[in-house]
Amino acid sequence: MSDRHFYAGMSRRRLIQGAATMGLLAGFDSLLPAYARGQLDNTNAFHTVRNGADIYDLTVARTPLKIGGTVSEQPITINGTLPAPLVRLKQGREAILRVTNTLPEATSIHWHGLILPYQMDGVPGVSFPGIMPGETFEYRFPVEQHGTYWYHSHSGLQEQLGHYGPIIIDPAEPESVAYDREYVVVLSDWTFDSPEDVFRNLKVAEGYYNYNQRTVSDFFKDVETMGWDAAWSKAGMWGRMRMSPRDILDVTASEYTYLMNGSPSASNWTGLFRPGEKIRLRFINASAMTYFDVRVPGLPMTVISADGQPVQPVETDEFRIGVAETYDVIVQPTDTAHTVFAQSQDRSGYVRGTLATRKGMEAPVPPMYPRTERGMAAMGMGAMSMGAMGKDGDMNMDSGMDMGGKMEMMSGSNDKAHGQMMMNGADSGMSKMNSDKATMNEVPTAGRPISHGPDNHGPGAAMVASSPQSRLDDPGVGFETANHRVLTYSQLQSIEGWPDKRPAEREVELHLTGNMERYMWSFDGKKFSEVDGPVKFYHGERLRLILVNDSMMDHPIHLHGMWMELETGAGEYRPRKHTISVKPGERVSALITADAPGDWAFHCHLLYHMDAGMFRVVSVV
Amino acid sequence: MNIMMNRIKWVVGASALTLASGAGAAGTGVQAEPDWTLPIHDNQVFGQVLFDRMEYQRDGDNELALWDAQAWIGKDRNRLWVETEGETDLSSDSGDIENFDVQYSYRFDRFWDIQTGLGAQTTFGPSPNKERYSAIVGLQGLAPYWFEVDTNLRVTDDGDVSYDLEAEYDWLLTQRLILQGRGETLVAFSDVEEWGVGSGINNVGLGLRLRYHFSREFAPYVGVSYTRFLGNTEDLREREGEDVESSSFVAGVRWWF
Repeated sequence: MSDRHFYAGMSRRRLIQGAATMGLLAGFDSLLPAYARGQLDNTNAFHTVRNGADIYDLTVARTPLKIGGTVSEQPITINGTLPAPLVRLKQGREAILRVTNTLPEATSIHWHGLILPYQMDGVPGVSFPGIMPGETFEYRFPVEQHGTYWYHSHSGLQEQLGHYGPIIIDPAEPESVAYDREYVVVLSDWTFDSPEDVFRNLKVAEGYYNYNQRTVSDFFKDVETMGWDAAWSKAGMWGRMRMSPRDILDVTASEYTYLMNGSPSASNWTGLFRPGEKIRLRFINASAMTYFDVRVPGLPMTVISADGQPVQPVETDEFRIGVAETYDVIVQPTDTAHTVFAQSQDRSGYVRGTLATRKGMEAPVPPMYPRTERGMAAMGMGAMSMGAMGKDGDMNMDSGMDMGGKMEMMSGSNDKAHGQMMMNGADSGMSKMNSDKATMNEVPTAGRPISHGPDNHGPGAAMVASSPQSRLDDPGVGFETANHRVLTYSQLQSIEGWPDKRPAEREVELHLTGNMERYMWSFDGKKFSEVDGPVKFYHGERLRLILVNDSMMDHPIHLHGMWMELETGAGEYRPRKHTISVKPGERVSALITADAPGDWAFHCHLLYHMDAGMFRVVSVV
Repeated sequence: MNIMMNRIKWVVGASALTLASGAGAAGTGVQAEPDWTLPIHDNQVFGQVLFDRMEYQRDGDNELALWDAQAWIGKDRNRLWVETEGETDLSSDSGDIENFDVQYSYRFDRFWDIQTGLGAQTTFGPSPNKERYSAIVGLQGLAPYWFEVDTNLRVTDDGDVSYDLEAEYDWLLTQRLILQGRGETLVAFSDVEEWGVGSGINNVGLGLRLRYHFSREFAPYVGVSYTRFLGNTEDLREREGEDVESSSFVAGVRWWF
């Protein structure tokens, strides 16, 4: 039923697009792709269809642009726009994507989330040598799936500079989802400084961009709310670990201007609708470093797909979108204007846009949520949950804190129960375990002991989680006291289940490790340059990938080329994802069918974490 | 001071040559061609020059200029580390470079570097100058509860052994206004009268500096500093007619690039 909008009025759209390409459209901050200008329809980049193939020509270039009133020389654009134009493909057809590099350096495009031959995956050094200056590279692959995806550079730090854009793949068979109109909503973070400088600041000065560190007055606030002993114990716990509960995002709004479809808040990206319509919003987090919390105040959102894959519709008021994830939601406006609000996970800044019945309208912009810190809620309920957990019903806050101290150094300790409490303590948890659980199957790895190796991953890991928990029903830090609905992974259920019904024959466990002080990020304490070979998957096998987050930050972990079926406890209705966000102290597992021979990148999708070493190659042999 | 900067620059420049080498490629996939670039470059050389204290001190009529700086260059775990500290009496233009240490620094623990190298100590000004050299082994890092610690064991070319310890702690009053507490002490294992060193604990120094960060890199400050000489060193200084205690007002700037 939605098709009428996509294919109607093509000639008019072409005209508008032509005008924009020549820079004749006034009143916009930058040259925006057609979909970002909030036309009545989504328009994609100019392309041709020949012999059953969608053919796109994409040109990568440096283009000076005005962003939020400031001109920057550094944007890397595709066909002149930031974000890059929409690439719209059709399931069952072939995609031919010809990418021309006009930069003085090598570039690449990775088609994020697409299942394709590894030579077409676009990771320099893994799938191909990269696209050299002046060269045109032709990507060519059959389009097997449908849904919302995106594409971006996999060369150096180019992604930070605008080298990203949306992909929509229309299904071969109509979807059973009803909507009248759709918009892509590309969220991103923009810096006017060079990405190399940002990376260097992170490397040489811990917390460079964090202007929400704990101060002396925060300590006295704790004394007020929790009493002297508990406040002192809490400060002591974090102090012994040399960790900050306020490390939510490494790069914050002190550096970034957040963009929605290329527009900062002031420019107010607007998606138009006619009253009564249902709108499908295809959210893509194309940020380098920013998790966003997204809502449309006053409107419930029905989530219909995650990472491009359909899920059973689930209604929510807000969702957290990790870097590189996508969510499709349906909203039905009740008013003439609604704000689309995306605040950064650390609440240092936000970007808003508007759904409106005509251009120039605005709806109230809500205040950001108060700043938060990891473990705050857990500190408040620490004693309670400890009491609830155990044999030692009389355990008091102090003993809880002492366990916290142990977290930094103990592996194979006997304090398993203690560790559990601690990790819950370290980043919320516990109280969120609610009744949903009862209807679900157990997560297969739940309750397993953990080993971090003899040296706890060495200097590359500032801490290890002694007893990581599955917290898929926890929306994450900052939502401890939320009294509205916030989406969790445990709510995502696939519609039909996935083709490969085999159980896992083999398990591969990787730990997410880091040391903020030197900005070292790695798997199992070893940077990419320190490992002795790729991670091997055997062709045809069914395996379970177990990820344990031994760090104090959330990491969006992305596997190229193969789906990860996230074991949420939903049995065969587990959702499948290309990017899994793993919370601090969390253990998650996913089933993978190693059906894609070749080499694939596997990495944290926080750009500077990846570049600091949190990257591996998976070879399917 | 200029000479010092030049020396730092020279050392930084020279080490860039020796430490900048290509990354290994063991982690690449089985299909990768040898002439392909690496997918990421996680083994880059970084460096930093930090003037932790660059300050003016006044104790009654005595005026001093003091510096305490460090520079490093290298990768995540292996670094070349240069530290220097010294002071000049502004009335007599004499002073001393308390230490100029060039050390290899290795991160062996999550929060600690072991450092080893050579150090020079010299005096300058109108009176006859002297110098001595020492071999150093030390630890630098972040102790529990966020104390920045730098501690060294030194053996001079005359075989005299000493141990020094410095610790700093930052209280964040706001995100930009920071009160830094600082303590230092030196313990000598033999008398070295020529350098005003008595065996035992030589001195204890304490400081409080309130700085305001206009940026992360640039933070001017004011504060107070107190030094007390102790034991044999105190006796030695009393015999020479020097102060055994000083309380100073200080003003300066902390900056890095």
